[in-house]
Amino acid sequence: MPSIEPAHPSWLLSVVSIFRKDWQSELRTRYAISALAMFVITTISVILFSLGSEGAPPAALSGMLWVVIFFAAMSGLSRTFVAEEERGTAMTLQLMASPSAVLLGKLLFNLVLVMALNSVTVVLYGALISGFVIRTYSIFLVTIALGSVGLAAASTIIAAIIARANTKGTLYPVLSFPILLPLLLTVINATRLASEGALFEEAYGEFQVLISYIAVVIATSYMLFDYVWKD
Amino acid sequence: MNIQLEASGIKKVFNRRVIFRNISFSLRERNTLLITGRNGSGKSTLIKIISSVLSPTAGSIRIVSNDMPARPQAYAQLTGLVSPYLQMYDEFSAREMLSLALAIRGMRASGTIIVDLLRRVSLEDRCDDPVRTYSSGMKQRVKYAFALIHRPPVLLLDEPMANLDAEGVAIVQDIMEEQRREGILIVATNDLRDIRTYDLQIDLNAIH
Amino acid sequence: MVLKLFLGIWICAVIVLGLSLPMVAQPQHWYELPIVPGLEDKARIVFFHVPTAWLSVIAFVSSMIYGIRYLRGRQPEDDIKSASAAGLGFLFCVLATATGAIWAKVSWGTYWNWDPRQTSIFVLLLIYGAYFALRSSIEVEEKRAALAAVYSIIAAVTMPFFMFIMPRILASLHPEPILNVQGKIQMNTTMLLVFLSSLAGFTGLYYWMWNLHVRAQGVELHRIQS
Repeated sequence: MPSIEPAHPSWLLSVVSIFRKDWQSELRTRYAISALAMFVITTISVILFSLGSEGAPPAALSGMLWVVIFFAAMSGLSRTFVAEEERGTAMTLQLMASPSAVLLGKLLFNLVLVMALNSVTVVLYGALISGFVIRTYSIFLVTIALGSVGLAAASTIIAAIIARANTKGTLYPVLSFPILLPLLLTVINATRLASEGALFEEAYGEFQVLISYIAVVIATSYMLFDYVWKD
Repeated sequence: MNIQLEASGIKKVFNRRVIFRNISFSLRERNTLLITGRNGSGKSTLIKIISSVLSPTAGSIRIVSNDMPARPQAYAQLTGLVSPYLQMYDEFSAREMLSLALAIRGMRASGTIIVDLLRRVSLEDRCDDPVRTYSSGMKQRVKYAFALIHRPPVLLLDEPMANLDAEGVAIVQDIMEEQRREGILIVATNDLRDIRTYDLQIDLNAIH
Repeated sequence: MVLKLFLGIWICAVIVLGLSLPMVAQPQHWYELPIVPGLEDKARIVFFHVPTAWLSVIAFVSSMIYGIRYLRGRQPEDDIKSASAAGLGFLFCVLATATGAIWAKVSWGTYWNWDPRQTSIFVLLLIYGAYFALRSSIEVEEKRAALAAVYSIIAAVTMPFFMFIMPRILASLHPEPILNVQGKIQMNTTMLLVFLSSLAGFTGLYYWMWNLHVRAQGVELHRIQS
């Protein structure tokens, strides 16, 4: 006898299913992934050409890595919400899932996207930009991990906000930059420490800031998302 | 099962324009509500408010299921919606869309519930093709399957016969009959051929 | 009416005193201000620059509080108050950034140093800009009000991180001798008096302008509603 489990829907299943829907949809249409890949390759090429044979000081190179990552994020992370609005499926999703499930499911999607993006970017950047050298890998890896989570968290709530506005494309970096600035300054500093060969303990301050930033942004997003998502 | 749906003092203002106000009604199982009004009078807006997708400017909707008041967060699980404004994820097939609908609602399905529903809306032979390849009539039928997959006690139909051929119309009339027998049916339309019997009518032309 | 006149006179008095009270090395009389080593006459800017900077922050917090009230009650009046506060805050922030840059040029030779205070006021400017960019891109009033409020809350919540990050990263060129973060003000009594009067005067000015704007918008709102 076919049946549905009544009355106690599983929030976790909801979250995972939203994540899987976005992922499967992305694999079938490949909008974000190809755009992001091309963006990263193009940007690193531009940097390579403009540096030429002169190179740049290591601190500047640490900063530029995150500039590439920031703008790549800006070109790809809004898609998860903007696509729903543009296709008219926002209402469909509202009918199926609670706001918190939508936020978390899409946050997970953006997180996976950012991790993939950053891995590729870091590898390409390290391989192609010869002045960029990492001496303390442990700091660098933790920085990339925490930085990715923070980037995904902030970008997702801002994406939800601009998806409801008109000039989505240009508005996204404008709104995201002030919010992400604390994160960017911290990860750039930590990357610089990693390239200078600092001890792992010296980056504790940066890691603490990153972890608190992530906690604050996720908590605030969770509390405010209803006002953004529901009409 | 018993189900009650009450609306009291529903008012919607959009960009400082009052769409409607003072809409109140009370429905229980085996009741049918008909909402009429010319284009732009707010039929779709009222439907969205009842299905909890849109918040009213004033007033409230209350749903009581099996004598227990439902939490507002649960209203979406208790209502099913078919509307011209509703879009499916068209890169997925009908079967996948229904499976997705259940999973995102946090429900696990067992047995043949999805296939049975596809058969009921006469889509079983194209059910594995992406929805984007369907005709408009087939897309409308997918919407019905989507609205029914979680077996909601309240069914909301905005322009129920849109894009449907004779076979589609017969399927929908069957669905409407069954819903009328077991739960609450709410239909918004301008074409009175869509619905023959109803218990209550709200005419949005008159409310201004 | 009386309050308005009083405010006007107060501000004039502050400006005149701030600019004209003599600065001497060893203040003997009640009307003399101490010379701040390295700054001398230019220290007078503390009477004008600091209040505008503080007000741009106060206005932002005020805007956020009215935004929160809007989210809870959905009263259009709260959104008007929030937006008006932000508008004035933006104005004061521009003034603060500009006066700060002038002071920097006059004291240290360059207009911009990326020291923590200058960077913070610049970020606040960016936040204000983003806030208004967001507002102007949404047509539906209820949505505009809600999203603007949400954004201001998110911005307010991430701003404190700057206070922790900045000292670690950038060297500070901002002068500490007069005003430092512990709040110990090493001015003499007269200077302190003029400074606090300026702060009060500017705050009054802000409040008066904000009130005026809110009332004007309120009239507009009720005119359309009826």
